[in-house]
Amino acid sequence: MTAVAHTPTTAHHEPMSFWRKYIFSTDHKIIGIQFLFVSLFFLLVGGLLAMQIRWQLGFPGKPLPGGGILPETMVVNGVILPEYYVQLVSMHGTFMVFFAIMPLLVGVYANFLIPLKIGAHDMAFPRINMASFWLALLAGLVMTASFFVPNGPIRSGWTNYAPLAARPDLSGVTVGQMLWCVSIVVLGLSSVLGSLNYITTVINHRAPGMTWFRMPLSVWALFITAILGVLALPVLQGAAIMLLFDNVLGTHFFDPVAGGQALLWQHLFWFFGHPEVYILILPAMGMVSDIIANGSRKPIFGYHSMVFAIIGIAFLGWIVWGHHMFMSGMNPTLGSTFMVSTLLIAVPSAIKVFNWLGTMWRGNLRFHVPMLNAIGFVSMFTIGGLSGIFMAATPVDIPLHDTQFIVAHIHYVLFGGSLFALFAAITYWYPKMFGRMMSHRIGKVHFWLTFVFYNMTFFPMHIIGMGGQMRRIYDPTIYDFLKPQQPLNVFISYSAFALFAVQVLFAFNFLWSLKFGKKAPQNPWDDNGMEWSLPNPAPHGNWERTPNVYRGPYEFSAPEAGDKDFLPQFVKLPTDRDPVPAPLPATH
Amino acid sequence: MRWWLPDAGSTFAGPIDTLFLAILIITGIALVVVEVGLVTFVIKYRARPGRKAFYTHGSTRAEVIWTAIPAVTMVALGLISNHYWVLIKDKKSIPPNAYHVGVHAKQFEWQVTYPGPDGKLGTSDDFTVRNQLHVTVNEPIAVELTSEDVIHSFFVPEFRLKQDAVPGMHIMAWFQATKTGEFELGCAELCGMGHYKMRARVFVHTPDEYKAWVAQQAAGGSE
Repeated sequence: MTAVAHTPTTAHHEPMSFWRKYIFSTDHKIIGIQFLFVSLFFLLVGGLLAMQIRWQLGFPGKPLPGGGILPETMVVNGVILPEYYVQLVSMHGTFMVFFAIMPLLVGVYANFLIPLKIGAHDMAFPRINMASFWLALLAGLVMTASFFVPNGPIRSGWTNYAPLAARPDLSGVTVGQMLWCVSIVVLGLSSVLGSLNYITTVINHRAPGMTWFRMPLSVWALFITAILGVLALPVLQGAAIMLLFDNVLGTHFFDPVAGGQALLWQHLFWFFGHPEVYILILPAMGMVSDIIANGSRKPIFGYHSMVFAIIGIAFLGWIVWGHHMFMSGMNPTLGSTFMVSTLLIAVPSAIKVFNWLGTMWRGNLRFHVPMLNAIGFVSMFTIGGLSGIFMAATPVDIPLHDTQFIVAHIHYVLFGGSLFALFAAITYWYPKMFGRMMSHRIGKVHFWLTFVFYNMTFFPMHIIGMGGQMRRIYDPTIYDFLKPQQPLNVFISYSAFALFAVQVLFAFNFLWSLKFGKKAPQNPWDDNGMEWSLPNPAPHGNWERTPNVYRGPYEFSAPEAGDKDFLPQFVKLPTDRDPVPAPLPATH
Repeated sequence: MRWWLPDAGSTFAGPIDTLFLAILIITGIALVVVEVGLVTFVIKYRARPGRKAFYTHGSTRAEVIWTAIPAVTMVALGLISNHYWVLIKDKKSIPPNAYHVGVHAKQFEWQVTYPGPDGKLGTSDDFTVRNQLHVTVNEPIAVELTSEDVIHSFFVPEFRLKQDAVPGMHIMAWFQATKTGEFELGCAELCGMGHYKMRARVFVHTPDEYKAWVAQQAAGGSE
């Protein structure tokens, strides 16, 4: 497998053992693939938890099919217990945010794409990169282990609001809460190590000619995301350590009974948590930008304003955390401030959406599977962004806060947004990872079915949320005002089961194509990125000699391209001059 | 099946529902513009042989337009929202003549303390009732919210009122019911395994009914 292709610029390495090459690898591409498999597994786990949540909400009190295999602490006579239900919602959120979407976007694509797209041989610190992966896996295993300890995993939501999470006597959780805290501290370490690596690599390892404003928007987004990560995760780690101390050592940081402050947890958590939301969407926006430009065969519309919009979102992301706390008893004047900063985020978000539309305007659109999913991303992220305005406007937030409306909103952003972007990205860079193409036909069927069932699942949640259905309640039917809308809950549940079922298509396509997919040509999407100057899959070390970069990343349909409608960054035209190489960083 | 916000039951419902509708219209327009644009472009600019995309890197004028319009809209929305926000949530907005009741939340019940016949909280004729909130219609009610253990959230959908009860904090919320009848009070903040059943009844009485109820409770002694 090693360095089979011999294009003149390809790196050449001695063969390595299976263990060195695929398990304890320092190759950024292999680490990205490791993250991909692990986080797709956790995505499946999170999905299975979601199915149980939907069973309970749609059919409260009815025996869960297959529930017999679960122990009596979770399910009695097939019926989900209230404490298990609360654990389901808590762990669904935890797994999806920390172990599925975040590693899928950052762990996989920051690792895989940054060196390939900036013309680097690897990450700045390859061994730290390996440590980052193994720490993330360890964190995931610790989190999973909490299902198997006495009293099970956390029961305080993925947000772990104190003092519920700080007091085992009130939550009923002992070991599970400690494992959550430990896992998050380890995961935070993994993220910080990864982020430092991405930041250093982008600053120091860009190939000659890869100026800041020649970087693809995917790299810009991943770079800014890494800055958010390195600043946000330590706050969560600190808070998790304090929460652990409250649980284990008898400190009272968050317990007012002994002089602590309950709202302190929320401030710390959301000071991390809101930037985290942008960690979960910015890379998706970046990769979608690359794919839409490719699918439209046009340069991205307003490249510079796209870059500044990413920076603007990231900056505003630090001063909006209080909008999660409008109803918390925080001073209402602070609420006013946070409302204004939150509403302002609509501005850079609108800039991005309109620029994607501008990119497609007068294009020559190719509807390959990544493009379909990218268009799905734009249309669904728009709904998710707009529904956020309802909750940003504080008076309207009063009836909507902590109802299913916010559940709809977060899923329009994280599923309609991030996950559609990931379906696009996985399909798009699959040939670069594995040398084969995923099936277009299955991909298209998967996209359309997912798009339909996804909307049938999450759109009605807005309506039951308007009706007042609170989040995280085990049985909505005990409330008179919620009973009339129970048929909609049943509808949502059936749609969710269908949505889950059609993901089998994706799983099959992904796994089957590993071995039986069509062999990928070198540049299957006629793209401009540096990564397509390499064979598929690219060898360890990427390029034999550092490549030169001659232009920006989006020169589709440029007049100089002649007959073709693309002009890669690595192609030297007779009129191009070689860039002057920057002095190598001291680490080399 | 209900496709809208719950029926209005307090003075807050007017401005909140109007604002909701206004945002729905604004976001609805934005949504239609984006989605129609998207579908139009998908149909109109699909790849055809021999055609090349229009080579452009963008337009400053377009950027200015779609930066300025959302910015102005959002600032305006923020200013209007803030007016009502202050009216609903600011401590100073609580009418001085408001009738005070104490609501103490604990896993998993609401303990409502009434001022008794003298109309004053914190005196010896106060009495406490579990999971029942009785109020008078068209009278401003100030709820003094406290919590025994963890964070709970006082939520009456018809009143458009939600306010967390936080241990260690004494939080004031107020409302004025506009119609008599029976409503439900739910907990909107996950407070443990019994979160879902932390439910109380809300009774909105006419002034005479309320007086009679207080007299009856005071005579029967507190719970």
